Amino acid sequence: MNGVHDMGGMDGFGKVEPEANEPMFHEQWESRVLAMVRAMGAAGAFNIDTSRFYRETLPPHVYLSSSYYKKWFLGLEEMLIDKGYLTREEVAAGHAMQPGKALKHGRFDLANVERVMVRGKFDRPAPAPAKFSIGDRVRAKNIHPTTHTRLPRYVRGHVGVVELNHGCHVFPDTAAMERGENPQWLYTVVFEGRDLWGPDGDPTTKVSIDAFEPYLDPA
Amino acid sequence: MSHEHEHHHDHDHSELSETELRVRALETILTEKGYVEPAALDAIIQAYETKIGPHNGARVVAKAWTDPTFKKALLDDGSKAIGTLGHVSRVGDHLVVVENTPGRHNMVVCTLCSCYPWEMLGLPPVWYKAAPYRSRAVKDPRGVLADFGVALPKDTEIRVWDSTAETRFLVLPMRPEGTEGWSEEQLAGLVTRDSMIGTGLPRKPGAPS
Repeated sequence: MNGVHDMGGMDGFGKVEPEANEPMFHEQWESRVLAMVRAMGAAGAFNIDTSRFYRETLPPHVYLSSSYYKKWFLGLEEMLIDKGYLTREEVAAGHAMQPGKALKHGRFDLANVERVMVRGKFDRPAPAPAKFSIGDRVRAKNIHPTTHTRLPRYVRGHVGVVELNHGCHVFPDTAAMERGENPQWLYTVVFEGRDLWGPDGDPTTKVSIDAFEPYLDPA
Repeated sequence: MSHEHEHHHDHDHSELSETELRVRALETILTEKGYVEPAALDAIIQAYETKIGPHNGARVVAKAWTDPTFKKALLDDGSKAIGTLGHVSRVGDHLVVVENTPGRHNMVVCTLCSCYPWEMLGLPPVWYKAAPYRSRAVKDPRGVLADFGVALPKDTEIRVWDSTAETRFLVLPMRPEGTEGWSEEQLAGLVTRDSMIGTGLPRKPGAPS
């Protein structure tokens, strides 16, 4: 979707302001949100793409004015309600009012902690040969799905070169919408800065994205 | 310092309290419904606080600076090469290590969310996840580097890697001059988190850590 989360190339957000000696969490609740998201994901309540989509679909003014973990919290609460793991009445009451729904991987307990500390595997057996080879020129499609996609707006319609082939990976566009893993070839595609940003762009800049095959046409 | 003044960032106190109450309520519901064990949430937080962090990435970089065979393996397949190092925490798949050279400087961003090599660098800092960096890194990387006090030669190519999939990128910075004969451990002390994101350079020998 063309949401405010797709920020590449936007102006007006100001300087980057690193914080000296930044703590891992600024508030204790942030750590609880992180842990709940990791735990419920590992228990099978949702996949990583679905959780991203729920953050992206927060109203733009909420997305832009909420801290990072606040967005995580708002996305988590809405997603768990939508997926039937809890109800709005329970959220309002602050307590469970009915038994829980079965989780695909069961209750998240201490035995599962080790598992969430390593990232999942996203590569899958290839359903078909790769369409593109290293060095091929490709054009990012001019597509504007209203559902989840990982093709940022700033490359759409532009020509780049395939630089790496990462194998077949879970396709976020379908996984996020719970329409299956639908594995697709994944490539690093590199664009010239001036092709993306015009003649005023920095000529020494190159930008790459990791693009799934359905995002690309031969050029 | 009073309690209020500890909360020096952009929230007013009442909004914060409301969020805190809502987060606690959600955890209560998830616990009562039998979805999560609170002690397991504590353990996740403790693991993030103690096991991951830029010290992991720094060990990898220092090893690459001293061991050409390892460096080659690391650039060929980051996850596989790091998996051979027993002392570094387990790394996930799809880690790509990109090398800075005199002609090319690499910088990593996630314009769409906050993708970041957690196992190597820890949880990302706020600036990495915030709008100024995500919006400008791909369009004006030299301007972003200036915000970090980094100025590169005019003709150095700047390559920005937008992490739009489940691949993760780690920058292998250039080894600082004047470190001949240094041990891996000494070298690791020069490797900063930002130098592995590409928004900084390693410390110079003798600079304060």
